[in-house]
Amino acid sequence: MKTGPLHWGAGMAGLLAWRNLAHDRSRFAVTLVGIIFAVVLIAMQIGLFLGFSDSTTNVIRHTRADFWIVAKGSQNFEVTLPINERELFLARSVPGVAQAEALLVQFTTWKTPGGGTESVIILGTDLNTGLAGPWNIVEGRLEDLRRPDAVMIDRVFMDKLGVSRIGTRVEINNRRALVVGFTQGIRSFTTSPWVFASTRNAQRLSGFAEDQTNYVIGRLRPGADPQRVRDDLVRTLPRTDVYLSEAFAARTRDYWMFTTGAGASVLVSAVLGLLVGVVIVAQVLYATTVDHLPEFGTLRAMGAPRAFIYKVIMGQAVISATLGGLPGIALSLLFARGSEAGAAVILVPPGLAVALYGVTLVMCVLASIVSIRKAMSIDPAMVFQR
Amino acid sequence: MSAQALETRGLSMVYGTGDTAVRALDAVDFQVAAGQVMALMGPSGSGKTTLLMILGCLLHPTAGSVWVEGQALAGLSTQALTRLRLRRMGFIFQSYNLFPALTAAENVQVALELKGRDLGEATALLDLVGLAGRRRNFPAQLSGGEKQRVAIARALAGDPPILLADEPTAALDSVNGRAVVRLLGDLAHAQGRAVVIVTHDPRIGELADRVVHIEDGRIQDQF
Repeated sequence: MKTGPLHWGAGMAGLLAWRNLAHDRSRFAVTLVGIIFAVVLIAMQIGLFLGFSDSTTNVIRHTRADFWIVAKGSQNFEVTLPINERELFLARSVPGVAQAEALLVQFTTWKTPGGGTESVIILGTDLNTGLAGPWNIVEGRLEDLRRPDAVMIDRVFMDKLGVSRIGTRVEINNRRALVVGFTQGIRSFTTSPWVFASTRNAQRLSGFAEDQTNYVIGRLRPGADPQRVRDDLVRTLPRTDVYLSEAFAARTRDYWMFTTGAGASVLVSAVLGLLVGVVIVAQVLYATTVDHLPEFGTLRAMGAPRAFIYKVIMGQAVISATLGGLPGIALSLLFARGSEAGAAVILVPPGLAVALYGVTLVMCVLASIVSIRKAMSIDPAMVFQR
Repeated sequence: MSAQALETRGLSMVYGTGDTAVRALDAVDFQVAAGQVMALMGPSGSGKTTLLMILGCLLHPTAGSVWVEGQALAGLSTQALTRLRLRRMGFIFQSYNLFPALTAAENVQVALELKGRDLGEATALLDLVGLAGRRRNFPAQLSGGEKQRVAIARALAGDPPILLADEPTAALDSVNGRAVVRLLGDLAHAQGRAVVIVTHDPRIGELADRVVHIEDGRIQDQF
């Protein structure tokens, strides 16, 4: 192989980087474990943040509504004041509105068959339109919710609510209810499980009057200008707030993530995870470089240009990032999949997995800068000092 | 200026300042020609290694001048000195300083690549030092003598006209020491290189074309 002077060490620098790492297998294993740990730590913190953020708007995003009408001053999806159903009829009268229906959301109590009490959120929807309501039904049918007292819950919460099968009788707000089906993967940000019911059943189970609801949701006519229809709704329903779906989701997410401080603490944990990751990786790469300082001294004494030494150390960083980062990402994906069965979901979407490799690479390269400074501070004359 | 491979005039080196200053070299003058072996001998702390480091462009003298193949080192930037060291010099160290994670051939190839040479030359260089059969062995699998011969092959990468060796036989037994001494002599005499060897080894004194005795930083005698 012929290498020109302008291709300083492309091959041998890479080989030296690899061999410096792999020659001492025990140390290399420790290095990789350190990087894997750092990557998993970062992935779990960011994944928790994403899962947390995602769960705050889970129901809103799965509802096919274009607009949301809610009692004035409501801050988030879960906690609102009741509004009268006449708002529903007013909304239907606005030009550009194709469809409007009531949606009921209410915290209440669930008495388990064993006698315990849990807080739940009832979600009452119009079963005729399919705008809102349970999705991912894995047992039972949507039609079963038309039966008197019928409710559905998610499988994630079966143990928590003391439900083992369809047909289990329970008490909600001191009223009888019957479990007629199960959904899969519909978590609640508040940790209170969702209980799906028809609007009428929900009104009865939550103690609402027949003319009361929390929301009016609806769809626009094809071609209608969303902003203009919203403005018309605001004028027609002055006792309510009107949001387009994306704005309502953003308002709810921002409330839970930032106004309550809950999201900020998860975000801080994610940033701390990143910092701890950088420190772990910096430490292991620094230790590898320090172990090989005499060799860097020899290279400098031989007249190796700075670029060659940079390549060796950066090569070590890239190799470590790849061999530690990829298993770390794979483990994170496994943990994320495992979390799907639990109440707190960890989201590691493909974009995050790719970004994690980028973060690992940047982390390793940043960490290696300390090592480069150390290697370049060696006096090459040290090779003669005994 | 001089056509010597290496030349110094009035070379002085002082470490530290004030009361703690130590004069390692004091007005040292000497020359080494191409094809010549020069042995630098003297007791420990006499200034031999300091002189070798200055000749190898690794240390700036406090006073005096150094020429490498007629080129004055004074005023050259660190990068220029690094380039000069890379292109015109080969180093041999007492403790070999091989890369333990690389095989014998790869150790030589690192130097070849740094000098922009064909990596395939490693085989010929190892053959020259009698180690063609050990090219795939790691340093830990080689004897002391074999390691030093790999180090010599590495120093020869790029065919430098100047070899600087620091106690090359100090860690070797008599058989391996003699082999290395003969090899260094051949490299100077048959291949026209200037070889400067810091040593306590009398065998090298016998082989050298010139022996310079240094004591307390001064040349005591040379013959």
